[in-house]
Amino acid sequence: MPLLEVKNLHVGVEDEDIRILNGVDLTLDTGQLHALMGPNGSGKSTLASVLAGREEYEVLDGEILYDGEDLLELEPEERAEEGIFLAFQYPVELPGVSMTNFLKESVNSVREARGQEELSSAEFLKMMRERADMMGLDADLTKRSVNEGFSGGEKKRNEIFQLAMLEPRLAILDETDSGLDIDALKNVADGVNKLRDDDRGFLVITHYERILRYIEPERVHVMLDGKIAQSGDMELADKLEDEGYEWVREEAAAAAAA
Amino acid sequence: MSTSETEYLKGKANEDYEHGFYTDIEAETAPEGLTEDVVRYISHRKDEPQWLLDWRLKAFRHVRERIDGGETIDWAHLDYEAPKFDEISYFSAPKDKAQYESLDEVPDEILETFERLGIPLEEQKALTGVAVDAVMDSVSVATTFKEKLKEKGVIFKSFGEAARDHPEIVREYMGTVVPYTDNLYAALNSAVFSDGSFVYVPEGVTCPMELSTYFRINEAGTGQFERTLIVAEPGSYVSYLEGCTAPMRKENQLHAAVVELIAHEDAEIKYSTIQNWYPGDPDTGEGGVYNLVTKRGICKGDNSKISWTQLETGSAVTQKYPSVILAGDNSVGEFYSVAFTKGHQQADTGTKMQHIGKNTKSTIISKGISADVADNSYRGQVKVSKNADNARNFSQCDSMLLGPDCGAHTYPYIESNNPSAQIEHEATTSKVGEDQMFYCHQRGLGEEEALKLIVNGFCQEVLQELPMEFAVEAKELLDIELEGSVG
Ligand SMILES: Nc1ncnc2c1ncn2[C@@H]1O[C@H](COP(=O)(O)OP(=O)(O)OP(=O)(O)O)[C@@H](O)[C@H]1O
Ligand SMILES: [Mg+2]
Repeated sequence: MPLLEVKNLHVGVEDEDIRILNGVDLTLDTGQLHALMGPNGSGKSTLASVLAGREEYEVLDGEILYDGEDLLELEPEERAEEGIFLAFQYPVELPGVSMTNFLKESVNSVREARGQEELSSAEFLKMMRERADMMGLDADLTKRSVNEGFSGGEKKRNEIFQLAMLEPRLAILDETDSGLDIDALKNVADGVNKLRDDDRGFLVITHYERILRYIEPERVHVMLDGKIAQSGDMELADKLEDEGYEWVREEAAAAAAA
Repeated sequence: MSTSETEYLKGKANEDYEHGFYTDIEAETAPEGLTEDVVRYISHRKDEPQWLLDWRLKAFRHVRERIDGGETIDWAHLDYEAPKFDEISYFSAPKDKAQYESLDEVPDEILETFERLGIPLEEQKALTGVAVDAVMDSVSVATTFKEKLKEKGVIFKSFGEAARDHPEIVREYMGTVVPYTDNLYAALNSAVFSDGSFVYVPEGVTCPMELSTYFRINEAGTGQFERTLIVAEPGSYVSYLEGCTAPMRKENQLHAAVVELIAHEDAEIKYSTIQNWYPGDPDTGEGGVYNLVTKRGICKGDNSKISWTQLETGSAVTQKYPSVILAGDNSVGEFYSVAFTKGHQQADTGTKMQHIGKNTKSTIISKGISADVADNSYRGQVKVSKNADNARNFSQCDSMLLGPDCGAHTYPYIESNNPSAQIEHEATTSKVGEDQMFYCHQRGLGEEEALKLIVNGFCQEVLQELPMEFAVEAKELLDIELEGSVG
């Protein structure tokens, strides 16, 4: 069953004559993990942002179905409640907002949408401890303000920690592996593997083959100039690692000329 | 900022003033106008000793001259019509003005008033251990916890009572920190002050509870002119809380209080305020309270400390600069402030830290938030005298704008006459970022929740300085979820 279907998606920047995505097609079935690769500026984060509902991007054409329903109808927070999670490439600092407070609101709003009961303080704290442990997040970080003064790697770990707290159905990881040390990378991969089940889907944006070896994606896509230029399995990722993107560009140019 | 955010903020601004009701207690009110007769009437009504009447009359002649000379305060970043001093009634008292032994004797209407303000006295008594000296209009109507304070020798009374019962202390200190010549509104207060609080903490005593006073402006057209005096003897400690709300009124209400703090050697005074008076009609700005207050403390003795914390969310016009004179060596002055303005509210607030003793230290943390067409200014002065060796100051003034039409301004004045002084000033102005909002939305938080979190976070440094009971109220006031409700 498709969890996510992106069809002929064209996206520009609101109020500006800029086009970033030029007909993206992508289908992700439940239970699957797909990798999305591609050169800098090709549109990977833009796709992730559009999936999460960022307002500055304007959908010019095409559609996105999530669980068979029109995703573009939903506000960003509704998408989160429906189980879409985006681990940001650049996590945002919220000065003075405590992690506990932030996550409690976040978790409870998502739980409420799922018809689950609000967690008691004790349950919530227990869950925080468990998940921080599971994702290798230093417990001290959960006592601080959201991302404020966190190191680059700590911010990434914090995203994955939040993913574990929110238990989304569709998790989009935007370069979460960049900037992580080797232990953290393993932690993240283990965490992702633990969360994988028949009902969830993952879209993992990355520049590196290393994380993919740990999490073994069903499919690997390559984005180029706002389009999926190649799709394949792990072999594709290996080839990119060895040869870079030049051949993708050439093939795309040839296809366009034909 | 997206349209929905703007709309949310508009909605906030339009929320009816929750505390806008009017207690129906018959009041006796002085005739309008500022005359010698009125001053005598007030003093007489309050059974004051002759020396106090004389003091008032001196101040009266001074302020009358200034008003007749056409003086106004026009240097602040504020735009409002000056109060018409001769159309104000300077005294009103609840009809039943006896002091009550217990809460049972207090008229139901008054108790109800507090209930509706969310300040059930009974509960406070039972639960919080806070002594409440409730000022209803101008005369105290209920005082609790007197016994416990008495044991420690702490005096906590209405100003009027104190003037009768402890004239020697009141006379010694009153007007020494804020002289009646200080500024127009302080001069006015000195002539016509209605009532207020008096606190005296004897040597070496740590006041066993937070002292709390709820002020309330209640009669049509009457200004309220509290006068508060707190004296902390050597080695003592006191934390004083002042919280305010006012009913919705049509005409502008002038509130010109004077607060004086005196901290002797090794003493510490912590003074916290929540101010939530009627801000006026959100569309026209009409009818709100003018909050023009003079607050100043002196760290008289060595190693003394005075700390001001304030959350200012109400009033049409707020102008106040709680200040500290750091006279004693090693003395410490602190100012923590959140000023939130929306609708047509205007605030010009800040502090003045005057370093006189050696090794003195001051900290200023100011957070200004404005929405709609409101204006919010920080005005602060740090002054280091010639002999104030090794003075240190750290100031941080952050402003947050919640819309395109509001304003934030920062006016820091630094005057250093000693080369060993270290003065640091940081200022930022930010808008609530799209990035921050989107991050919150992505985690399932709606517009309002997200904004509350971000604003609360912005104010956190200041709110955490408030005593626990007050911090809770403060956050409620900012409509924000409680930090630390977990664990
Ligand atoms: N709001 C915007 N305004 C203008 N241009 C934008 C905006 N957002 C994205 N772009 C442009 O769109 C292109 C795609 O950006 P995007 O962030 O999606 O790339 P990416 O594939 O994630 O790159 P990277 O691998 O470097 O993260 C870039 O050229 C970027 O500059
Ligand atoms: Mg990117």
